Amino acid sequence: MVTHCTLADAQDSAPSRPITNLLRRATPTMTPHEVGADPVTDQIPAIADIKVQLRNFGFAYGSNQVLKDLNVAFENKKVTALIGPSGCGKTTLLRSFNRMHDLYPGNRYTGEILLLPDRINLVAPDVSPTEMRMRLSMVFQKPNPFPKSIFENVAFGLRMRGVRDKARIREKVEQSLRDAALWDETKDRLHKPAYDLSGGQQQRLCIARALAVDPEIVLFDEPTSALDPTATLRIEELIDSLRNRVTIIIVTHNMQQAQRIADWTGFLYLGSMVEFDRTEKVFTNPGNKLTEQYITGRFG
Amino acid sequence: MTSTPLPQTEVLGAIRRRQRRSLLDRGAAMLLGAAAASSIIITVGIVMVLAIESSTFFGEVGILTFLTDTVWTPLFADARFGILPLVTGTLVTTAVALAVAMPIGTIVAIWLSEYAPHGVREVLKPALELLSAVPTVVYGYFALLFVTPLLQKLMPELPTFNMLGAGIVMGIMIIPYVSSLSEDAMRGVPRILREGAYAMGANKLLTALKVVYPAALSGIGSAYVLAISRAVGETMIVAIAAGMQPNLTLDPTQPAATITAFIVQVSLGDLPHGSVGYQSIFAAGVVLFVLTLGFNIAGYRLRKRFREAY
Ligand SMILES: Nc1ncnc2c1ncn2[C@@H]1O[C@H](COP(=O)(O)OP(=O)(O)O)[C@@H](O)[C@H]1O
Ligand SMILES: [Mg+2]
Repeated sequence: MVTHCTLADAQDSAPSRPITNLLRRATPTMTPHEVGADPVTDQIPAIADIKVQLRNFGFAYGSNQVLKDLNVAFENKKVTALIGPSGCGKTTLLRSFNRMHDLYPGNRYTGEILLLPDRINLVAPDVSPTEMRMRLSMVFQKPNPFPKSIFENVAFGLRMRGVRDKARIREKVEQSLRDAALWDETKDRLHKPAYDLSGGQQQRLCIARALAVDPEIVLFDEPTSALDPTATLRIEELIDSLRNRVTIIIVTHNMQQAQRIADWTGFLYLGSMVEFDRTEKVFTNPGNKLTEQYITGRFG
Repeated sequence: MTSTPLPQTEVLGAIRRRQRRSLLDRGAAMLLGAAAASSIIITVGIVMVLAIESSTFFGEVGILTFLTDTVWTPLFADARFGILPLVTGTLVTTAVALAVAMPIGTIVAIWLSEYAPHGVREVLKPALELLSAVPTVVYGYFALLFVTPLLQKLMPELPTFNMLGAGIVMGIMIIPYVSSLSEDAMRGVPRILREGAYAMGANKLLTALKVVYPAALSGIGSAYVLAISRAVGETMIVAIAAGMQPNLTLDPTQPAATITAFIVQVSLGDLPHGSVGYQSIFAAGVVLFVLTLGFNIAGYRLRKRFREAY
């Protein structure tokens, strides 16, 4: 088992908090990150408008500490990609945002995931997971439409939020299907089962379902890994069209995909954020040897 | 020398062993095939016996009379052969049983699959299944001597023999048919569907009702169909607790005979074989068969419409 120490050994400098290190380089006059320093935005000037921020965030499945001491900020209404080799903790991190881990016993969050501007710690024990899930949406690795009609799939989140107004639901369903580039294909069959759609259409339906509730953040976990190249391209275009409208965090193992759609890219390795920077920088001039090895395909 | 050839005897032994195995394989395949065929042959045989025996009945009593006459008194001197009273008796007791078993069985299944801790489920599920292992004659007397007197406290007019008490107890008996199969179906729903519902902000109850239940509907439908077949075919409870008088009524508080109750009654009686009265049980058997087949086909159709396709 490779530990955190060997990871640090492999790096040029051994930053325990890569993001602060990186920022120190970017703005030499910055004081180093101090735990508890306020306001949040002072610590990471590179990102002026932060939507959500990890502070010393960690996660363990029982005794299996999968994520360690993460300090990263995600820019509001931009696309952030999380890359890294299989098993490094990308999915685990993504599922922490909407408290999916609370569904199973024995899981433990440490540190904070601060949702801005309210400064609510998403993973605080006294914060209700259901309430937090109402504010975030998730698109899963495999399309998972519900055994309902296309219309009812998109309306599902609205109904969960107690929306009763039929006209409003209809309007929202149409808008979401348009946003998910699925309206033209489905407008004549809204009341047909969602399972009649193709895999790519099902995934766009899941995106429409996710968008219908006006989420503050949409979490994508390798949303195209089960799709063919054409369907993949459509999803990428769709994510691109959502930029500047909603904050997106997307896990991908496809580095071209990260380059095509992400404003920011974080490289996760053995549960640590080894590098986090503008996508362009990460892929053209990575600050870390491990990142370079990973993006040039030498492991992973 | 690159390799020494295997001794002759060893090669022969290997071949013989292989031949023996293929013989065994073929034997096993034939045995299994015969078992499968026998179930078909038996079914065909039953249908044929029913058809032949009832044809003598229908030779004497017209099908139209059989289906439309409202009185069933085959054992009287002035015999009438209208099956309708037995059909209503069967349908009413079945409806009462389903009204008990479907909601309770489904709720139990939802609770077992979505709420119960693992340990509790492992104990409770087999315990529930014991309910259907109790001999039906015991249920019959339970209905007659316990449930009906209890109901009579609420409804003083209720006769000693009535379809309500019999139906309720029959419902209790088939709860595990519904709950066990439904629970299996709901637990078979993939995790990713449940997670999708939670991610959309649904709580546990809404996830169970709005996503897991519809996703498992095909399996749950099978459970319902099995429960219906079981209720339609149940004999002992209704024979003991619902009375044996054919009675054309949809009122569950009345006594009535079901098709099955009539068949036992005649089979155990001393009617001469070959008499119309005796042959009438085969005609009743045909109706029972058609009824059960109808429910099964309807269930199959429904299941295909709500097929699982996650
Ligand atoms: N439910 C779980 N229980 C225990 N360990 C888990 C569980 N899910 C994932 N892990 C472990 O956590 C690590 C990170 O997994 P994951 O987040 O799925 O990685 P990635 O998405 O980057 O491939 C892996 O080592 C994996 O074995
Ligand atoms: Mg993953």
